[in-house]
Amino acid sequence: MKHIISILLENESGALSRVAGLFSARAYNIESLTVAPTDDPSLSRMTLVTTGTDDIVEQVCKQLNKLIDVVKLVNLTKDAHVERELILIKVKAEGEQRDEVKRIVDIFNGHVIDMTDSTYTLEVTGDSEKIDAVLKALESTTMLEVVRSGQLGMGRGDKGMV
Amino acid sequence: MTGAEIIIECLKAEGVDYVFGYPGGAVLHIYDAFYKQDDVKHILVRHEQGATHAADGYARSTGKAGVVLVTSGPGATNAVTGIATAFMDSIPMIVITGQVPKHLIGNDAFQEVDSVGITRPIVKHNFLVNDVNDIAETFKKAFYVATTGRPGPVVIDIPKDITAEKVAFEYPADIEMRSYNPTVKGHNGQIRRAVEMIKSAERPMIYTGGGVILGNGSEQLRTFTRTLGYPITQTLMGLGAFPASDPLSLGMLGMHGTYEANMGMHHCDVLIAIGARFDDRVTGSLEKFCPDARIIHIDVDPASISKNVKVDIPIVGEVAPILDSINSELAASAKPNNQAAIEKWWQQINEWRAQDCLEYDRSSDIIKPQFVVEELYNATNGEAFITSDVGQHQMFAAQYYGFDRPRQWINSGGLGTMGFGLPAAMGVQLAHPDAMVGCITGESSIQMCIQELSTCLQYSLPVKIINLNNGYMGMVRQWQEFFYEKRYAMSYFDSLPDFVAIAESYGHIGIKVEKPADVRPALDEAFKQKDRLVFLDFITDREENVYPMIPAGAGLNEMILV
Repeated sequence: MKHIISILLENESGALSRVAGLFSARAYNIESLTVAPTDDPSLSRMTLVTTGTDDIVEQVCKQLNKLIDVVKLVNLTKDAHVERELILIKVKAEGEQRDEVKRIVDIFNGHVIDMTDSTYTLEVTGDSEKIDAVLKALESTTMLEVVRSGQLGMGRGDKGMV
Repeated sequence: MTGAEIIIECLKAEGVDYVFGYPGGAVLHIYDAFYKQDDVKHILVRHEQGATHAADGYARSTGKAGVVLVTSGPGATNAVTGIATAFMDSIPMIVITGQVPKHLIGNDAFQEVDSVGITRPIVKHNFLVNDVNDIAETFKKAFYVATTGRPGPVVIDIPKDITAEKVAFEYPADIEMRSYNPTVKGHNGQIRRAVEMIKSAERPMIYTGGGVILGNGSEQLRTFTRTLGYPITQTLMGLGAFPASDPLSLGMLGMHGTYEANMGMHHCDVLIAIGARFDDRVTGSLEKFCPDARIIHIDVDPASISKNVKVDIPIVGEVAPILDSINSELAASAKPNNQAAIEKWWQQINEWRAQDCLEYDRSSDIIKPQFVVEELYNATNGEAFITSDVGQHQMFAAQYYGFDRPRQWINSGGLGTMGFGLPAAMGVQLAHPDAMVGCITGESSIQMCIQELSTCLQYSLPVKIINLNNGYMGMVRQWQEFFYEKRYAMSYFDSLPDFVAIAESYGHIGIKVEKPADVRPALDEAFKQKDRLVFLDFITDREENVYPMIPAGAGLNEMILV
């Protein structure tokens, strides 16, 4: 099963490689990983998507928690949460395809954020299933380039993570 | 004060008396600072691996962090084996590695490696110090992290240029890290539940590991075990926490554990695991492990809980305070009414014991390795510190030298590092100058760090080397005999050195022993030499095996006895 793990870690050089190294050293899966500093520049927030049995994911969380740079860790999947992913797609859009692509991106509440005579660059956000659905809807087109941000997540409710 | 001088001051502030190291370009400022003071003594090893093992032996025998100083590049990479050894056995250690000057980092400079990157998976934590202003705080953090919680090695990588820069020195009085807060006391509710389960046991087993020694919980463990009168077995790393001479002790468990310990594990109904991590050499097949047991697990590292074996009552925290709580809970609550069951359980255990699984041929006219270890025990009254290398001799040492006190038995259990024994013995001897220190080794292992004989001469370390010389990599040969139809791939017995001559050429005493009757006199003679290193080369039975044995992947009840 897929688990979304949210991690606050010291914004220090090497912190990211400690996390990534842990996954390769212990043969855990990483499906996606995003990281950037928070409003507090001394902290980074990482969202990591991993798969595995409950036992394995429990071990993943414990091992992550053991890293000295990890300040706090939450397995978002355990409780109500929101998740978002952003995708950018550069797609061939010529002739009839131009309208078709625009219609698809509208349906998914996305935007065209750049264009040339023959291409559109699309931006869509949503949970991962929606992003997968966009890609499926665009299957008949020629996608020149696809970049996904990986998932971001946050627990629902009035409490913060810190 | 220069960065180099600050480093010395930090070590002083942490009460460091010995640093084990080897100089090189990137640490020359630091060595210059060493030269100008006498408070922190530097022990010059002959190879950086020796420095790490010596610091490790120092740490294991004292409980204090061992300290290592090596240069950049090859200095750091040579230290890697020793760092990994310490990491696997949770030994507190500070390893200072020199680094090329900051402006050269990333330039493939002379003697540059990414020490922080290379050591990342084998340290509890590591630091690259970028600013002379950060040195003091980094050392404070490093010692704090290395010695608290589940201990481990910490590497501090220091670029050469900042060791020459000057800044005022101020050592932080204490340190708080928002991301690191190890649990000390156990959860009260869990402790009460555990006590109930302990009292309800009919076939209990206490299974303890190195965590009891690291957590200074021996006294508490003795009270706990003796109050209950339950059988106890200890892992390779745990030996000595509970006295081997106590009748409640069933000896070591696991692959080369005793029949009674392993059968007791397999048939128990309540397993009380304390500071042990359910290592594969202990559990054998996980599917077959303790099939009837409810399990209590006390460990300072939450990641050890339910990692290999699902447990019923986890208690996270330090062994000593948790056992204190359990002991007072046991004293305050009603006595368990399981006496009849416990009596029956002991009857069963004593039947297993009657197998006498550690018996060996005592009438042999070839020296049996077991006999040497037993005689070593007798010659030293069981009081010596014993270090070992890795292989058959390590198992014989664990099986036949009955360790009665914690920190007495020093070996590389987790990583299984050949070459560990001699340098570790140096660290032990420095920390305990008046104690008897024996290094039980084999002709293979000893050759992996034999250059440290030179260090022993320089610092007058009267270690006694007990070389069980069977001319084979004994454990490799044993597996080849059992599992590869005696195809002894790779042996070297026709090219072994003359160990007596080696010892003598390094300025020590060497004695070759070939007859069983000469074993004890040779040991007595060696230990009479209070200020000399003696290398005892025992020519032992070439094809003796370590028994009992659980083949890899089998259950604890599936032992090969002889």
